[in-house]
Amino acid sequence: MAMLKTIGFYTLVVFIVLVSAFPFYYTIVTSFATGSAIFEVNYIPKSFGLDNYKAVLFDSKAQFPRAFLNSIFISTVTVIGALLLGVTASYALARVQFRGRGLLLMTILAVSMFPQIAVLAGLFEMIRGIGIYNTPWALILSYTIFTLPFTVWVLTTFMRQLPVEIEEAAIIDGATPWQIITQVFMPLLWPALVTTGLLAFIAAWNEFLFALTFISSTEQRTVPVAIAMLSGAQQHEIPWGAIMAASVIVTLPLVILVLIFQRKIVSGLTAGGVKG
Amino acid sequence: MAFSTGEVSLEQQRVRAARMFLIPMIIMLFIVAGWPLFRSIYFSFTNTSLTNLSGGEWVGFDNYLNRRELSSGRVVWRGTLVDPNWWNAVWNTIKFSVVSVSLETIFGLIVALVLNAEFKGRGLVRAAILIPWAIPTVVSARMWQWMLNDQFGIINDLFLRLGLISQKIAWTADPDYSMATVIAVDVWKTTPFMALLILAGLQTVPKDIYEAAKIDGINPIKVFWRVTLPLIRPAIMVAVIFRTLDALRIFDLVYLLANNSQTKTMSVISRENLIEFDKFAYGSAQSTLLFCIILVFVSLYIWLGKVDLSGEAGQ
Repeated sequence: MAMLKTIGFYTLVVFIVLVSAFPFYYTIVTSFATGSAIFEVNYIPKSFGLDNYKAVLFDSKAQFPRAFLNSIFISTVTVIGALLLGVTASYALARVQFRGRGLLLMTILAVSMFPQIAVLAGLFEMIRGIGIYNTPWALILSYTIFTLPFTVWVLTTFMRQLPVEIEEAAIIDGATPWQIITQVFMPLLWPALVTTGLLAFIAAWNEFLFALTFISSTEQRTVPVAIAMLSGAQQHEIPWGAIMAASVIVTLPLVILVLIFQRKIVSGLTAGGVKG
Repeated sequence: MAFSTGEVSLEQQRVRAARMFLIPMIIMLFIVAGWPLFRSIYFSFTNTSLTNLSGGEWVGFDNYLNRRELSSGRVVWRGTLVDPNWWNAVWNTIKFSVVSVSLETIFGLIVALVLNAEFKGRGLVRAAILIPWAIPTVVSARMWQWMLNDQFGIINDLFLRLGLISQKIAWTADPDYSMATVIAVDVWKTTPFMALLILAGLQTVPKDIYEAAKIDGINPIKVFWRVTLPLIRPAIMVAVIFRTLDALRIFDLVYLLANNSQTKTMSVISRENLIEFDKFAYGSAQSTLLFCIILVFVSLYIWLGKVDLSGEAGQ
């Protein structure tokens, strides 16, 4: 009886791992398939060629490498800004008692739950008005709507868990709040900053709606929209091989990052999603 | 703490510093969230068009509901509240949210229970389930479109071989199957997240409860229903509402995987009107309606989650 339960358990485990990992495995397999091999169903790679990767990287129409750089620039700047504003704000929210603190935290939480479409019209007007439409700044600005509340919320949770004694000792020594943040808490908060930054980076990297709406020319596109718009040489021809190659290029670094920072990411996600 | 009457007290200094730290963030949030939201809502009460953003005139509730009497005497009702496309989108969104969140919760619970058990290879399983979550939505959509391709797709091939279907199905194009397909892909993407949240809840259950139950010889299934489930119910509730909020505002997956009348959600149809059909004010009305619905759910989340907002419990 126990044997049956164990077999059943491990069958379930194998099933879970297969369902999770097979699609991406198949994407990698397809990306290396060349010519007509793409149009056959192969569970195990039959051919191996770099044609699709060459097509994606050197195709002047799609400008994929440029899109990659755009995404890196936009995501990095967004995250740095969110972390800067977030660290100081979370200190205030976590360690200082003041009137209206609960209300402010609730507002920040609510903002992170806005449907992006609800602000699309207003942001569109603002971005056109300032004149940053079709530039990276349009996205750096609009991504703040989800990176900032997320950063503040998660960092506040981490800040609350820092020991009070260290802070009290620093206060007795005459440290100003700014000194407390930079010299006492930052070293302790370092892992949390990495986690939060990574999660915010991934969110900014994957964002689609704003990137689709506020960018109109190919050179300014970000990676998600560039992939979505990959089209073939002839009309109605979908270049599946190239699309899979582009997908692998974009996803492999993310998957590796996520696997390396597994534990940190899990604790960051649960801190943000479950009650603090 | 003693201080002389001329000095600023330490507490006051801290509060002042706190305000200084908060003001840049608050200003930023107002600029990127507060003001655009206000403008979007304002646009819904005007007749602004995409090409003339500043030239809109106030039209009141016309975009929501208006009544016109034609010269023939017939009364015509227009507006998004009587637009069958809008209500179709609402219904699609509800269908999608209810089914996907239910499936994600059930599967997430199963995966969480598996991960909570101690067995060889647990690390591998945990790493594996993070993969669907780590993949960008665009890539997921294209990846599954390829696997679900009606002619060359591996799913059709597999199902044919297993005898599950008799002929190849156009999973994303066929209206009968497209909603199920979108739900399936979303479940694949998001179950890991639910599993992790529920696992966090499971890990707060003290192990000695299980040991005591084992010693007493109680059926493990009974232990699950009577002991574990009630203990992790708060974690599950919070995860469910969190996910429901996400599901209600879904855009990316529907737009990229299967966008037709059977799958169009509120976000998708709102953007369509805003940008593609140049019914800017009309689309704004729809996005505002969606915002109101989300607001109700956000309040539910904050109330039900009993989120520790003032942080007193932690201090």
